[in-house]
Amino acid sequence: MNGFSFRRFLAVLRKEWIQVRRDLFTLQMIIALPVLQLFLFGYAINSDPKHLPTGLLSADHSKYERTLVAAMQNTGYYDIRSLASEAEAERGLADGELLFVVNIPPNFDRSVDRGEQPTILMDADATDPSTIGNAAAALASLTGTLDRDLPQAVQSRPANLPFLFELHARYNPEQLTVLNIVPGLICIVLTISTLFVTTLSITRETERGTMENLLAMPVRPIEVMLAKVVPYIAIGYAQVILIIAIAAAVFGLPVRGSILLLTLALGLFIASNLALGLTFSTIARNQMQAIQMAQFTLLPSFLLSGFMFPFKGMPVWAQWAGELFPVTHALRIVRGVLLKGNGLAEIAPELWPIIAFTLVIAAIATWCYRETLD
Amino acid sequence: MTAEFAIDVRDLHKRYGDRKVVDGLTLAVPAGEICGFLGANGSGKTTTIRMLCGLIKPDGGGGTCLGLDIVRSAPLIRRQIGYMTQRFSFYDDLTVFENLDFVGAVYELVNRHQAVRAIIERMGLADRSDQLAGQLSGGWKQRLALAACVLHEPKLLLLDEPTAGVDAKARREFWDLIHDMAGEGITVLVSTHYMDEAERCGRIVYLSDGKIVVQGSPDAVARGSGLVTYEATGADLDIAARKLRLMAGVEAAAVFGSALRIAGMDRAALDRAIASPDGGGALAWHEAVPQLEDVFIHLLSQPAKGAS
Repeated sequence: MNGFSFRRFLAVLRKEWIQVRRDLFTLQMIIALPVLQLFLFGYAINSDPKHLPTGLLSADHSKYERTLVAAMQNTGYYDIRSLASEAEAERGLADGELLFVVNIPPNFDRSVDRGEQPTILMDADATDPSTIGNAAAALASLTGTLDRDLPQAVQSRPANLPFLFELHARYNPEQLTVLNIVPGLICIVLTISTLFVTTLSITRETERGTMENLLAMPVRPIEVMLAKVVPYIAIGYAQVILIIAIAAAVFGLPVRGSILLLTLALGLFIASNLALGLTFSTIARNQMQAIQMAQFTLLPSFLLSGFMFPFKGMPVWAQWAGELFPVTHALRIVRGVLLKGNGLAEIAPELWPIIAFTLVIAAIATWCYRETLD
Repeated sequence: MTAEFAIDVRDLHKRYGDRKVVDGLTLAVPAGEICGFLGANGSGKTTTIRMLCGLIKPDGGGGTCLGLDIVRSAPLIRRQIGYMTQRFSFYDDLTVFENLDFVGAVYELVNRHQAVRAIIERMGLADRSDQLAGQLSGGWKQRLALAACVLHEPKLLLLDEPTAGVDAKARREFWDLIHDMAGEGITVLVSTHYMDEAERCGRIVYLSDGKIVVQGSPDAVARGSGLVTYEATGADLDIAARKLRLMAGVEAAAVFGSALRIAGMDRAALDRAIASPDGGGALAWHEAVPQLEDVFIHLLSQPAKGAS
């Protein structure tokens, strides 16, 4: 008697279908999310990044050097430009404009011709080891490049290469992936504890009807919002400290820059998340929608920010999209301050996009926001 | 403006999309009166109440609440009114005391703890003050909500179906409290579906499709309706009621205990129906005074006037 009834089943199915059709928001998400993932994994996510910005430091632009530079370009991994000074090289590496610096030693051609086996020093920004891994590996194939031009006496023999590469992995000499993960983790955790939770706790009021009651009382919505937000800021900072402490104690994470600077910069990042959370909570009608919107933000935070996959490995459009998100810049700030010892001057270029984002989103939130139930 | 009216609004309009939820509503409630707000679901009661306390901006019209403009002075109005939402909207995960303490804090009451303890005492919530609001039964939740509304000693109470789903005894006690407060000079606007509650109001206002259809004291509304009612006793009343409902001129026929009661606007048609052997011919009839309930059933079954 209580067996399966096809008609009951159809009745439920019809009802579900009507509900799905009316819930446009979920429908859009259901479609947009897999499409987005498809594009991200299909095109944007590239663990073999090419065209990495590379600086060239050279005393005398010689013939062998030109051949070598051309060969490096041909691997596809290096986009090489000449640098004027060591200082420029240092600056480029510190603020992330350069991932490699090639140092051609003086009198390179003569040393090669004499069979002295000169060493080309490659400085690499190893804060994200996966970005530079393949490019560095490709160097090994380049030692035979000069063979055609070399005098007979020093023609490349297996045991006696004409010159050597020496990779100098900067900032993260052991190329520990964990050192790259920690800054990313800090940003993601902050996103979850500020954006997610505050969005949810505000929407919960709307959903349970308690917001109507709050609005009818003298309390101002902005007071409600801020009061909801503050505990999570505190929790967020506690999480950051915990992550850094464990990473430093267990994984040997270096803390080279100022913790105060990091704290202040992260405060900006938190503000950007809160602005976004506020906007979401003015739009979302219930907690389910709020979760969906927050997740919609979390996905690019993971994938486009350089957290999970090398930023430079993404096509240009994906990099541009990534630049829009505060998390991308926050990630660079955390890496810069912790691993490179960056100061305010170096991280300033990453601060203003976060500020701009926060202002724009806050303006949208204010515009969407109503103190009434309309 | 005039302080003799606690509520004085004219020609209020509110539409959602194409639907006119409130359509030219004009209402004046003298201070100290208990005004009952009646009407079918969706007739605009809640929307009107929300406009009065500034939660919704009217599309047209305006007026005053406690002498303050409902559009411009909404924040000032909110400090002097107590609004009880239709749905219980306090925090399930807070205790009775914590909820009231929160409300007191939001209203920035001086001597907050004293005020909270006093209201808990007055509402008979003392035994439950440490219980989580989510664990209270419906009647106690309503009491908590009322306590929270009156904690800051408002001059006007807006109660949106405060007794929906509450048992008869709790409703009776709730209304005793409302009358107590009215005796202290508070004006009360209360929406309800219950006739016994409507009869306890000084004035009732009946809404249909966002318009006031009838208003006045319960007696005046009942007598002024023009409705004719007959009552009969006898055997097989249920069968007679079913037959009568199908006859011309009979708008309502219902059995109450040992009596059958019919109502309609057309006396001649009703007379024919009760005399007909197919209708009430076998029963002994006498004319009755129309009750408020007869009037509302009549109003509810009317197609909305002027609605497209």
